[in-house]
Amino acid sequence: MTEAPIISARDLRKVYRAGDVDVHALRGLDLDISRGEFVSIIGPSGSGKSTLFHILGGLTPPTSGSLHVAGYDLLKISEAERTKLRKTTVGFVFQKYNLLPTLTARDNILIARDIAGKSVELDGEFNALLDLLGIRSRLTHKPRALSGGEQQRVAIARALVNHPAILLADEPTGNLDTENSTAVLGLLSDLNRRLGQTILMITHNAEAAAYAHRLISMRDGRIVPNA
Amino acid sequence: MCAFHLLINKLVIENLKHRPVRTLLSALAVGVQVTMILTLVGISKGMLEDQAVRAKGVGADLSIRPPGSSAIGLSGNFDERILPFVQKQPHVALATGVLIAPTGPITSITGVDFPTFSRMSGRFRFLEGRPIEHTDEVIVDEYYAKEHQLHPGSTVKIFNREWKVCGVFEQGKLARIIIPLDILQKLTANTGKLSIIWVKLDDPSRTNEVIAELRRAGLAEYQIWSMADLISQMSPNNIPVLKTFTAVVIGLGVVIGFLVVFLSMYTAVLERTREIGVLKALGATPAYIVGILLRETALLAIFGTIAGIILSFGSRWLIETLVPGSLTQAIVPDWWPIAGLIAMGGSLLGAAYPGLKAARQDAIEALSYD
Ligand SMILES: Nc1ncnc2c1ncn2[C@@H]1O[C@H](COP(=O)(O)OP(=O)(O)OP(=O)(O)O)[C@@H](O)[C@H]1O
Ligand SMILES: [Mg+2]
Repeated sequence: MTEAPIISARDLRKVYRAGDVDVHALRGLDLDISRGEFVSIIGPSGSGKSTLFHILGGLTPPTSGSLHVAGYDLLKISEAERTKLRKTTVGFVFQKYNLLPTLTARDNILIARDIAGKSVELDGEFNALLDLLGIRSRLTHKPRALSGGEQQRVAIARALVNHPAILLADEPTGNLDTENSTAVLGLLSDLNRRLGQTILMITHNAEAAAYAHRLISMRDGRIVPNA
Repeated sequence: MCAFHLLINKLVIENLKHRPVRTLLSALAVGVQVTMILTLVGISKGMLEDQAVRAKGVGADLSIRPPGSSAIGLSGNFDERILPFVQKQPHVALATGVLIAPTGPITSITGVDFPTFSRMSGRFRFLEGRPIEHTDEVIVDEYYAKEHQLHPGSTVKIFNREWKVCGVFEQGKLARIIIPLDILQKLTANTGKLSIIWVKLDDPSRTNEVIAELRRAGLAEYQIWSMADLISQMSPNNIPVLKTFTAVVIGLGVVIGFLVVFLSMYTAVLERTREIGVLKALGATPAYIVGILLRETALLAIFGTIAGIILSFGSRWLIETLVPGSLTQAIVPDWWPIAGLIAMGGSLLGAAYPGLKAARQDAIEALSYD
């Protein structure tokens, strides 16, 4: 018996109301992701990639269809449960790093634990991860004293500090130069291989997409079937 | 649990430090509001205490005021022929009458019968100069002299007349500006009138007995106060207009605190749209985000209260330096927590709407916000 997929979507739809017009961002999307997969999502601008992530991560509810993420039924759960999903089950990494500018790197990581109501200490296991990310010596700096690559690695550490089942990375290398991109992609790949971290990554870059096991293309709010 | 709170406090403090000018101005505005309350209450208390000290300085056991008057302030005059009548009553060792005439909203001049008054309260202690010898002379206390820079030989204009200051006396004796009773009576067309009779008894323990006797003997309508009662009457609670005024200043304080903090927190929320979105993406509940803003607000209110308390010492210094003869401000520590709570209340009200806005903010829009 194979394990149930950690993400399972059927005929998933999302309609945004922008003023008087309805924007159909997702138009009947089917998707299955297994635990431990590293998946790249590519597709033209406006094809609904970020929207999919926002729904998977519980930032906004889907409009119709069915979606199960790590045991949560996203069409039925309340706002409070979506908050819990974000807190415990998914970690976000954004193109723009999105660190809190007034806090040091360490506190940026710890605030995620604080929000989750966990003790704000970094255990030995997590220190090993920080070594892997290569930011242990940069923890006392504030974001503006860090390079883009360092900021993104801090953001990855923050996304992982509560041990989420799924890491959602929306164009994590979009703002990075080739060298830093390579480093970050190598890290994601390491995390997936060594720790079995499930990762979904949106990218516009074919080289970046190649780091994943599986490539999914989106167009007009749907998955493009594999040719 | 403790460290859990430390981290959020760190964020709150960093946020406040991030915009030092806004933080300082907000705290200062809250501080001004606190000072306004402390100064007003302090002046009320200080002036009444000062009045009490001066009343005690007379050395009387009881005072007689006209019918329908209160213990504080001026309230009409009465016929001075009562004085010999009072003087004749059993146990009355000495009675002296004074006339008080207002010279301004909070200042007055007092006419005193020097021979009897000095016998009751002891001689005036002159820091400078000498007692009155001529009809155009006036004596003033040290505070009034300081406020108006008066010394023996200076002239002051009161009731459209030039007076020569002949002496500056140690404060704490009935009044700040004193001239002979008969001169004031004539000058203000109050011939034969008195405002207060002060009475000294041969046995102070008989005060209540004597008061009862005076009432029976024909002064039933008059306000007769023992010294203790008189002084206990000198409390802001007995001055309705002061209570109203205090309420108005407190109301104003709440409004100022509300507006300042509203603006400050509102701009903070607008400016932190992205950060609030990030916190939401990390799973922060609306309560967590509102908690951050409320902590920032509470800190502003606490800083503001501390600043306000410090500023109230400044306002007292100003009053002592500039107008010691007109106003006296007490420091009122028992009002510190009250003013602090008022500041806190206004501030938290001000943070309510920005907090709600932050809690409701859409995380996705925030994250795509540039
Ligand atoms: N909050 C919103 N309100 C209204 N319309 C939205 C909202 N978010 C996204 N959309 C619309 O939904 C569609 C899909 O947007 P989405 O951001 O998911 O695309 P994307 O694939 O991530 O594009 P890109 O590669 O440019 O990031 C677009 O037409 C977009 O304008
Ligand atoms: Mg996108």
